Amino acid sequence: MLARTVFVGFRTANSFQWTKRLLNVTSQAFQSFSKDDAKGEKVHFPGATQSYFTDKMQFIQSIDPISTYRVMDKEGKILDPAQEPRVSEDFAIKIYKDMITLNIMDLILYEAQRQGRISFYMTNYGEEAYIGSAAALDNDDVIFGQYREAGVLLYRGFGLDEFMNQCYSNEQDNGKGRQMPVHYGSKELNFQTISSPLATQIPQAAGAAYALKMSGKKNCVMCYFGEGAASEGDFHAALNIAATMKCPVIFFCRNNGFAISTPALEQYKGDGIASRGIGYGVDTIRVDGNDVWAVFNATRTARQLATDENRPVLIEAMTYRIGHHSTSDDSSAYRSKTEVENWKRLDNPIIRLRKWLENKNWWNEEKENDFRSETRKEILKSFSRAEKLRKPSLTELFNDVYDQPTSNLIEQKKELKRLIEKYPENYKLIKFKNEGNDL
Amino acid sequence: MNGNLLRKVFGNVGVGRVVGLSSSTLGKGNTRVNGVRSSLAFAGGVAGLKSLAGLQRRQYSASAGETMTVRDALNLALEEELTADERVFLLGEEVGQYNGAYKISKGLLDKFGPKRVIDTPITEAGFAGLAVGAALSGLRPICEFMTFNFAMQAIDQIINSAAKTHYMTGGTVTCPIVFRGPNGYAASVAAQHSQDYAAWYGAIPGLKVISPWDSEDARGLLKAAIRDPNPVIFLENELQYGVSFPVSAEALSKDFQLPIGKAKIIREGKDVTLVSHSRPLNLCVEAAEKLQAEDGISAEIINLRSIRPLDVETIIASVKKTNHLVSVESGFPQFGVGSEICALIMESEAFDYLDAPVERITGADVPTPYAFNLEGLAFPTTDTVVKVARRTLYRKKK
Repeated sequence: MLARTVFVGFRTANSFQWTKRLLNVTSQAFQSFSKDDAKGEKVHFPGATQSYFTDKMQFIQSIDPISTYRVMDKEGKILDPAQEPRVSEDFAIKIYKDMITLNIMDLILYEAQRQGRISFYMTNYGEEAYIGSAAALDNDDVIFGQYREAGVLLYRGFGLDEFMNQCYSNEQDNGKGRQMPVHYGSKELNFQTISSPLATQIPQAAGAAYALKMSGKKNCVMCYFGEGAASEGDFHAALNIAATMKCPVIFFCRNNGFAISTPALEQYKGDGIASRGIGYGVDTIRVDGNDVWAVFNATRTARQLATDENRPVLIEAMTYRIGHHSTSDDSSAYRSKTEVENWKRLDNPIIRLRKWLENKNWWNEEKENDFRSETRKEILKSFSRAEKLRKPSLTELFNDVYDQPTSNLIEQKKELKRLIEKYPENYKLIKFKNEGNDL
Repeated sequence: MNGNLLRKVFGNVGVGRVVGLSSSTLGKGNTRVNGVRSSLAFAGGVAGLKSLAGLQRRQYSASAGETMTVRDALNLALEEELTADERVFLLGEEVGQYNGAYKISKGLLDKFGPKRVIDTPITEAGFAGLAVGAALSGLRPICEFMTFNFAMQAIDQIINSAAKTHYMTGGTVTCPIVFRGPNGYAASVAAQHSQDYAAWYGAIPGLKVISPWDSEDARGLLKAAIRDPNPVIFLENELQYGVSFPVSAEALSKDFQLPIGKAKIIREGKDVTLVSHSRPLNLCVEAAEKLQAEDGISAEIINLRSIRPLDVETIIASVKKTNHLVSVESGFPQFGVGSEICALIMESEAFDYLDAPVERITGADVPTPYAFNLEGLAFPTTDTVVKVARRTLYRKKK
């Protein structure tokens, strides 16, 4: 009966193979009949083998909301000492210093954009605790970011000059001036270059994880995205395929409350993003994303699940985007300044970690002031250095479309050279590395 | 569920099915723009059914040498490249246990195991995205789409990620990946299963686009595609899978490859150049024989093989010899492969050698109909090619 229902109309050269598969499925299904227990009769359909039959008709409207894991409260006090990570002073201070550096860099580059010195920028204000996730990874773990993860690069050792060169798309920019600002990338630091279309990095992360699994390395992939991106089909495709193909990947959702102007509560109707992970059979946790140690602990354990057992994991980190979406956005149009100020003041991830550090006597006002002024100086120095550099060579316009230039690219390049020679006054060649001489 | 079922039914009925298209009479709506005359192929009648059905089963075996179907050529190329390089793996819907909807991956799961021949969930964005991520991380995936119609669900991964990553990472990250599967018109599967995407992918910098016709093309170009460090779109044709072609001893060598970006003259001639790719080349071959026999017209046929890069040099050289050019394809007319060829010829020195406007033969500018008789009207036939070739040479039908 089952055979006729499922496979009617399928007449192929391989019908024998289908029959064989069918028999396997059927025998498995019927085995489950014998496993009936106190809960009653178990479902024998191949699509839901853990279910039981019931005579109660019930539509499920909700499950209990998923709790939010937290290690320290807003004052930096540890809730359960057993959960406090055993980290060294240096380790904790590095995380804190990177959070501060990111904060100052954001301030300077945001202002630079307002002054028209760079074209675009995105700040990380309010979400700096995600650096705790970077601190829980191995440097050989591969990162796929969305765009608001500069702190991960900073933690891995991406230099201030590299940030500035990218934002200025100058001749020392790794990306050769082909990307908008904040689309960082670093092969050396295993940080895949940021790609603008939302959520495409999520299935790619599963693929990179599959590659790691194939290589036998005990590493995983870390994939960041926002709760808005989780509405894209790619998110769903990625979780399903990572689960079915057992990919060692951590999906890290920065649920910061806003997708540009769309508030989270208009973005979805379910229990956040975490509830979806369970639907896909993915180990899932929701954490206080402003608590750097909750983020750190959850990521460390997620990493173990991924690398030891090839299990994908979903972490939903709850936070609040203090800054505008980007420099192309003015969030005062859709949320009150008071709301933003309250978040900044009452639940600030940087202040929370600072209080924790001060409780341990690892940090104080003097250190804070010294570090802030020193860092500001360093960033400004790097900033003006980057601003003075020329743009990449004009040949870079045509390179890297393919590994080797095709004939039409060579032709285009020749045409540009001809035009420049004919109308030199229309091309400000002095602004480009090599001044057009290498065309 | 319905989508799933539809795909499966579609996949199964497609295998080795023989359906001919109808013969043609040419539509009257010819327009002349900038020296290019375009002709859409509105065919009529069903008299030609038999001859095309015959073509389906036909073996293109000129000599007594070995022959091979396009399907076997693809299968063997996959097997050899999976053997040669551990980084190569195949993924897609039904490619493993089921041996592929069109049996292109027959036997590969048994030989290479489920880590390298992967049955995926039905999620083009998911498995194409996974393949791109694996390619960015050093593997060399071959991503099979059950047909390129379904690749639309993953088009962003192909265009915005695979094609652009090398450029946008400053040349530091390559994306060595092959997206392959049947493309172009099939038989009796309606508009959403039956259209040619060559022009879509052909427009994108960063992609290489291949459209093989015979078994040597399929074998040599698929091997080259898998070894290429760039993302490659490999456009097969469902109706060609079962067609046999001769293969040379050289082509059977494990190291055999064909250069991507080079066209092949598959028949030399002096009066008119027919340029085409994929399945419509069958029409050109038949038309050339007919033109020779009935009119004494000697047609040269160019098999493009590669849509991007496009080997315009070979077309130019041929036009300089024949002074007449007809492009033949099954794609839609607007912004099609034929349109691009017309433009390139006008921009080249070959324009001055033309004795008549370039003619485009394309599919009709409508979504492919399902009904057998209407579908037949939507695509060019051998008679369309014969008629247009005569017209471009100012010959009357005898």
